[in-house]
Amino acid sequence: MIIDTDVVTLSRLQFALTALYHFLFVPLTLGLVWMLAIMESVYVMTGREVWKRMVQFWGVLFGINFAMGVATGVTMEFQFGMNWAYYSHYVGDIFGAPLAIEGLMAFFLEATLIGVFFMGWDRISRIKHLLVTWFLALGTSLSALWILVANAWMQHPVGAAFNPQTMRMEVTSFSEVLFNPVAQEKFVHTVSAGYVLGAMFVLSISAWYLLRGRNVDFAKRSMTVAASFGLAASLSVVVLGDASGYTVSLNQQMKMASIEAMWHTEPAPASFTLFGLPNVDQRTTHYAVKIPWVMGLIGTHSIDETMPGIAELVDATKGRIGNGIQAYDAMLMLRQDKDNAHAKATLAAHDQDLGYALLLKKYVDDPRQATPADIQKAADSTIPNVPVLFWAFRIMVGCGFYFIALFAFSFWKASKRRLDTHRWYLRLALCSLPLPWVAIELGWIVAEYGRQPWAIEGVLPTALGVSSASAGQVLTSLGGFLLFYTALAVVDVFLMLKFVRKGPDGLGIWPPMDPSTAAAH
Amino acid sequence: MLDYATLRVIWWALLGTLLIGFAIMDGFDFGVAGLLKVLGRDNEERLVLLEGIEPTWEGNQVWFILAGGAAFAAWPMLYAVSFSGMYLAIALVLLAFILRPVGFNFRGKIRDPRWASLWDWILSGSGFVVMLVAGVAFGNLFLGMPFQFDGDLRMSWHGGFFELLHPFALLCGLVSLSMLLAHGACWAALKADHVIAVRAVKIARWMTLVFAALYVLAGVWLAYGIPGYAVVGPVITDGASNPLYKQVAQGGSWFAGYMQYPWFWIAPLLALVSAVGVQALIGRRSVAGFIASSLMVGSTIASAGFALFPFLLPSSLDPRSSLTVWDASSSRGTLQLMLIVTAVLLPIVMLYTGWVYRVMRGRITLEQVRKAHGGY
Repeated sequence: MIIDTDVVTLSRLQFALTALYHFLFVPLTLGLVWMLAIMESVYVMTGREVWKRMVQFWGVLFGINFAMGVATGVTMEFQFGMNWAYYSHYVGDIFGAPLAIEGLMAFFLEATLIGVFFMGWDRISRIKHLLVTWFLALGTSLSALWILVANAWMQHPVGAAFNPQTMRMEVTSFSEVLFNPVAQEKFVHTVSAGYVLGAMFVLSISAWYLLRGRNVDFAKRSMTVAASFGLAASLSVVVLGDASGYTVSLNQQMKMASIEAMWHTEPAPASFTLFGLPNVDQRTTHYAVKIPWVMGLIGTHSIDETMPGIAELVDATKGRIGNGIQAYDAMLMLRQDKDNAHAKATLAAHDQDLGYALLLKKYVDDPRQATPADIQKAADSTIPNVPVLFWAFRIMVGCGFYFIALFAFSFWKASKRRLDTHRWYLRLALCSLPLPWVAIELGWIVAEYGRQPWAIEGVLPTALGVSSASAGQVLTSLGGFLLFYTALAVVDVFLMLKFVRKGPDGLGIWPPMDPSTAAAH
Repeated sequence: MLDYATLRVIWWALLGTLLIGFAIMDGFDFGVAGLLKVLGRDNEERLVLLEGIEPTWEGNQVWFILAGGAAFAAWPMLYAVSFSGMYLAIALVLLAFILRPVGFNFRGKIRDPRWASLWDWILSGSGFVVMLVAGVAFGNLFLGMPFQFDGDLRMSWHGGFFELLHPFALLCGLVSLSMLLAHGACWAALKADHVIAVRAVKIARWMTLVFAALYVLAGVWLAYGIPGYAVVGPVITDGASNPLYKQVAQGGSWFAGYMQYPWFWIAPLLALVSAVGVQALIGRRSVAGFIASSLMVGSTIASAGFALFPFLLPSSLDPRSSLTVWDASSSRGTLQLMLIVTAVLLPIVMLYTGWVYRVMRGRITLEQVRKAHGGY
């Protein structure tokens, strides 16, 4: 078996780019749709036309974004088969199910209802339309749930075992896959991040109208919804981020140690490195500014448990690679004779470590022939990119705390009905618009880049997951995606700016120009 | 508790159902998009056509996403081999799919005839790409594909993009194209202003004729010119999903299944009868005509699936590596769980889809479009 490293690199690059790009639009959809649901509920409850017009105006922007999310989502569903064929074979038995359920339970719902949401205003009653909007919102969040159940299994593969006859992982317990603790925390953390983005989007654009003195009533109402929704969401994103950190420290110790640039185990409770320059070659962090106790509290929720450092984890990994080689050997024996009792027992004892033997495939064709130097290299390869994780994590968390402060302040101003009294506040709200995107993309990097070198933590190394496609083919598709995505990004931003500039007043949405037909769709 | 073999047959049928669902539901969207410039002579007429599919095409497309997801969950090897093997063809289809949501949404966002016309071409082109490539891919299933597994069940593919363009596969591409253009025209006859519907009826009639002729031609070619595959030796229907445990011989007939189970013939006969039905009905009763074209699409795909059974994806390079219903599925537990989930959720999907079609029912007239858009 020869794995072409160029194919691995290009496939990873394509996956990262298409996922990061897709993840620019999805969180906004997740958040904005609930804002629409809230606004429309107020409309149905109070009967005030302005709330309906708010749904329609923000709905135009929602629609542009939704289209981009759908367009880039198709790529994600099929890229596993195209670029990660061995991955698809190796874990499809478990990983495919949540993706299929996502289609059945969630994507069908949102995609079917979106047409009625935009074009059904005059065809169904107010209550029915409100229900459509709520189900649309529910569909988007359910969609995130199933995708994150799948993703959580990559981080923490529970409820599955290796089957030597089919050469793949197979399900042993679906409830474990579904109720994976990582899945629950990731779900709430991720959708909350989307809600923060949706709230910031409405808050910032409304602030711009107030700065211009346009659409004042419209913008103040929108900002009030955004401030309350955003405050709840930003609290949730940080609290669940902490829960997520705790779970990561239990299940992905190497990821946690790398995020903290914790090169060696520290006495409990570990200190938190607020700032520093991690040096990979020397395995040390220069100019570290440390806060005592904090890391231990976050990572273990206790003061007396230690958290292992990178060096100690690498040593432990060498042991697991040794066990993995035994499992690999047993697997090959079972392939010759599936009733070999001795091999069965060996595999059963060590199948948790089989993936560690596969790490060696990068250095030697047959893991059983690995030298101690190969094993050392394989163990070292389990260290992710420490400086990137260290900084991505800190910027993301910093953004999170900033969002709480900004939304809390906005909420206070909204409740005092003084949203437009300070221009500096409105400018601050406007300039904060890109920050949720920054935090969200960095969050993806912490979670997924931090999982490397694994595609499935401890089970399947990323490099082994690729297809037999040639580097030229992957380069061609990557070029195609880059070209299309760049062109679409230009159009998307252009249209967003165009409709924001026009605003509810310019579009004739509020105040209404012609009550019967002015609604834009 | 269903046994493993039964579950596999059910999932084979379900995958077929999802593909047929995709072809019927999204097929007319592609057909209408492909005919956009033919049926719609000016921007207003094209708006009528687009508004006839706009509220529902997005839900329709989920059939495709779901067929992909279900293949991943129930037939992971089929998903892995077909998508990675036909890499560039699939990439082309994906690019076509990427342009659709944005096309529908962005087209009306700038009121400029050149902008609208650009998106008309893009939507039309992406329709043609998908209709053709889907047929070509299906045709290649009968020809066998150049792949093999090693002991780790790692697949390697020994062919390129242009090798997919065998004349028989191209013929299948044309069968698919004519079938879905006819189906799209039937939708337009049902949904669009009478001025356009009259044109659509003509095209639907012509296209069903072309389809029927090409379909019969493809059948004859398949019977006499394309060797079939057969599992030799004992067929283990409930064994582990490992293709290398069996032996396969090439050289039989793809119609062997039809000889063994004569009721298979219902599918191709229904396809041809439905084509006649479209001819007879589309001009007078457009709903009945559209139902006939839906039957035509469904039974055509079923007839191909029957011929292939029990093969999902034969290998021309190493016949033993061929994927069949008996050795390329997920584990029994996964098939069972996914069957329960599908049995519960798919009827619900159909219910609310039906409701949406009812809400959005009615012919789209030129007058409506003029009033709502003022010309664009």
